[in-house]
Amino acid sequence: MSASSLRVSAPAVALRRTSTFGKSLRAWLPAVPCFVFLIAFFCVPVVEILQTGMVNADGHVTLDQFRRMTNDLVFAKVLGNTFLISGLTALSSVVLGFPIAYFLSQLSDRFRERWMIWIMVPFWTSYLVKTFAWILVLSKTGILLTLAVSLGLVDDPSALAPSMLGVMIGMVHAMLPLAVINMLPIMRGVNAQLLQAAETLGANRSIAFFSIFLPMAGPGIAAAGLLVFITSLGFFILPALLGTPKETMVAQLVISAINDLFNLPYAAALSTILLIFAVAVFMLYDKLVGLSSLSGETRSAPKRNSSTFVTAALIAIGRACSAGYGAGGPALTRVKGLKLYSVLTVALLSLPIIVVFPIAFTNSPFLSFPPQGFSLRWFDAFLFSPVWQSSFLRSFGVAIVTALASTALGIGAALALTRLPARWTKPVFAFLLAPLIVPRIVVAVGLFYLFSRMGLVGTDLGLTIGHTVLAIPYVVVTMAAALKRFDWRLDDAAKILGASAFARLRTIQLPMMIGSVAAALQMAFIISFDELTIAIFVSGGMKNTLPKQMWDDMILQVNPTLAAVSLVMVIVIALLVLAPSLYKTFRRR
Amino acid sequence: MTARLQTIAISKHYDSVTALSPTDLEVRDGEFLTLLGPSGSGKTTLLQILAGLVEPSGGRLLINGKDATHAAAGERGIGMVFQSYALFPHLSVWENIAYPLRMRKTDKAAMASAVKDALEMVQMGSYAHRLPRELSGGQQQRIALARCFVYKPSVILLDEPLGALDKKLREHMQSEIRSLHKDLGATFIYVTHDQEEALNLSDRICLMNQSKIEQIGTPQDLYDKPATAFSAQFIGYSNLLSGRVEKHAGDDNIRLCNARFSVPIHVPEHVPAHALLPPDKTPGTDAISLVIRPEEARLSSVDDAYVKGTVREVVFAGSDFRVLVDIGEKQPFLLRCGRRDAPAPGDTVGVTWNPAHTAVVTC
Repeated sequence: MSASSLRVSAPAVALRRTSTFGKSLRAWLPAVPCFVFLIAFFCVPVVEILQTGMVNADGHVTLDQFRRMTNDLVFAKVLGNTFLISGLTALSSVVLGFPIAYFLSQLSDRFRERWMIWIMVPFWTSYLVKTFAWILVLSKTGILLTLAVSLGLVDDPSALAPSMLGVMIGMVHAMLPLAVINMLPIMRGVNAQLLQAAETLGANRSIAFFSIFLPMAGPGIAAAGLLVFITSLGFFILPALLGTPKETMVAQLVISAINDLFNLPYAAALSTILLIFAVAVFMLYDKLVGLSSLSGETRSAPKRNSSTFVTAALIAIGRACSAGYGAGGPALTRVKGLKLYSVLTVALLSLPIIVVFPIAFTNSPFLSFPPQGFSLRWFDAFLFSPVWQSSFLRSFGVAIVTALASTALGIGAALALTRLPARWTKPVFAFLLAPLIVPRIVVAVGLFYLFSRMGLVGTDLGLTIGHTVLAIPYVVVTMAAALKRFDWRLDDAAKILGASAFARLRTIQLPMMIGSVAAALQMAFIISFDELTIAIFVSGGMKNTLPKQMWDDMILQVNPTLAAVSLVMVIVIALLVLAPSLYKTFRRR
Repeated sequence: MTARLQTIAISKHYDSVTALSPTDLEVRDGEFLTLLGPSGSGKTTLLQILAGLVEPSGGRLLINGKDATHAAAGERGIGMVFQSYALFPHLSVWENIAYPLRMRKTDKAAMASAVKDALEMVQMGSYAHRLPRELSGGQQQRIALARCFVYKPSVILLDEPLGALDKKLREHMQSEIRSLHKDLGATFIYVTHDQEEALNLSDRICLMNQSKIEQIGTPQDLYDKPATAFSAQFIGYSNLLSGRVEKHAGDDNIRLCNARFSVPIHVPEHVPAHALLPPDKTPGTDAISLVIRPEEARLSSVDDAYVKGTVREVVFAGSDFRVLVDIGEKQPFLLRCGRRDAPAPGDTVGVTWNPAHTAVVTC
């Protein structure tokens, strides 16, 4: 360690004596590896995509691809579909998620932590597993219809999936946790004393909620909706497996342009359009709540005051809503109703996933419900087939390396963020978040181009690089939040007590933020472990990851092995999500 | 004697905001110097520049006569006690105190005995294995002090270290800090906004206002001979009478006059009387204030009073009464009087004092 501490402190001392220029250079230093990495494996491929879409075979700039699209009815329909589905998903997720987020925001920290587990496990469960579960529930021979028929509720069973309804159910189920997670911080940020103050000033609970709470939480709610919308834009798993061709979304078109049509410029042009919309929506997001809200910071003061008219209207709504209750009544009923609603919704989040479990133990070669007999043959098929085995091990290895690499790179970048002059923090933060904003499919196509030239297609290294690009924003957000909470006076104290920059990192900063570092590692691991988009393009068919293998199987024919795989994946993810609280309980004893 | 620590025109500004105007300050070896001032007066900025936590915008800092303007915080031989204590929450009391020794690669035996000594010095010997959050505020304060002096820095900076404690504990810790200063023989630089604390603790007080040094001197000097109206009002309570200086023929005294009163000004022997007289071109301007401490004034008959007025309020203050007299100025005149001599509100009274126990300040 002494060698490395020398290496760090020697240039630092030299720079300190130069000037403010040297000082600002030193602030950038920890971010350099992350910047270089993102420029090479994110900026270059994405820019190349944009270029490919606009350059024709002769190398001239042309808008032919886009002109073709405007005349293309299929494309117009797909684009319309994408917006319709994403918009409906965002709206439903926010509307359905709002009561839960409000309920959670009013709980004590300890209870909220317990509840969050039931949001986080479905949130981190692979989209593939969730989609598979919905196939089991909604298809013609699925659980829902089987039950309905046996109870005599339905005579003529028509499948709930594939259909638009199926896609919407799947999308909202997948996005609801994201909406809740994003609404929660700003709701918690609303000072409870403000509501109490409103009540002492003569408002009842309902009026206080509508006239004080809602306007203050409003931007956060809108932001959650936008985030769901952006994420939904790039979806392809759910519409492909739960929808009919009528529900095709843009990302599916990109995949088929490359895999079936081998039309790279067309895929590039499609990606460009996705990218433009995603960036536009994100700029709107930034305007509403600010990018920094992603690291848990809530804007203290609203930008503009609500008009008298809006306030009066909100008060009137609150009064109307409370009219039905007697004094003291509404508070109690509300909380009870909220809790019931939250329990039900949370149950609905987990139930479809749990449904997979018994099917994994069926003895029949078909997916039928109720499962027939009991056997472990599908676990056998999973654990001992060389194809599944190698894909599982590959996913595991890639995820571990991704977690380590992205956490190391992300911590450096987050550290630089805290030291940079204020005017730089926002653009730098936006740059580090960009892999989250740019639809995954765009990054994947770009990396496919780049890797095919570098000979990295079909290699574990290529996969790891791609996954690290995706995981960096999550690490940066987690660590930036932790560094913001960190009491820098402790760092000052250590400085005066004689600790070098590296010694402070080792003895003060990292030990105090160990929880956040663990969270970053965990998140990066999960992101890589169930990542499919990059895997589709970069794994090259032979070297499949676990999600890629699942995807290939699901497209061909759903089978009970998938249930066994899903069960294993859910257990791995649940263990990871539960790890911190399990650790806490263990330590308390 | 060379100064332990000296700043030469040291300053700090953030963009257009001046946090500290160019400041010259000499801190003597072994003294207890307090930086006193209201919030925003620049005292904390000055302390942080001394500590090396803030880079000055201009000027120089000498420690033991050597330039340390750009030296790293850890290389200055300075210790600091933070207002929040800044104890490392993940380290035990023992590890907190050992931290600076570890950074200096002290060998194990020396470290153990130094930590033990430091803990005993603050009477916390039995708390070595606690975590900071398991200690009370006063105990945390002691550990912060121990961690600061365990590596024997020659200068110890204390940034409002008692701000978070309640009044009783604060008084107790004041005397502990005072005796610690005596035992260690180190130079203490103490920041506070509490004038009483400053008067109790300091060898010298450096009073700061609007990012400048207002006055520097011993506590008695600052109390008895305030240089400015701000000094007079920030330290203790002062009655300020403003007027112009006049000298009448046939009168040995120079006087402070305005429409309502004419009071003699005591001129100390070493000051030539004409120094106080305003230049002729500005007659009638209220150029001078007379500072009369409440305890120096007394009630008198109206006839031989310097100023007279109506009693506005009489407040019981335990051992005596505080009397507020409306003398026609903006501020009522405050004085104390014995329990048996208290006037009633509405009485017309005179106020008098010994001119030798007043001070003159420019407005």
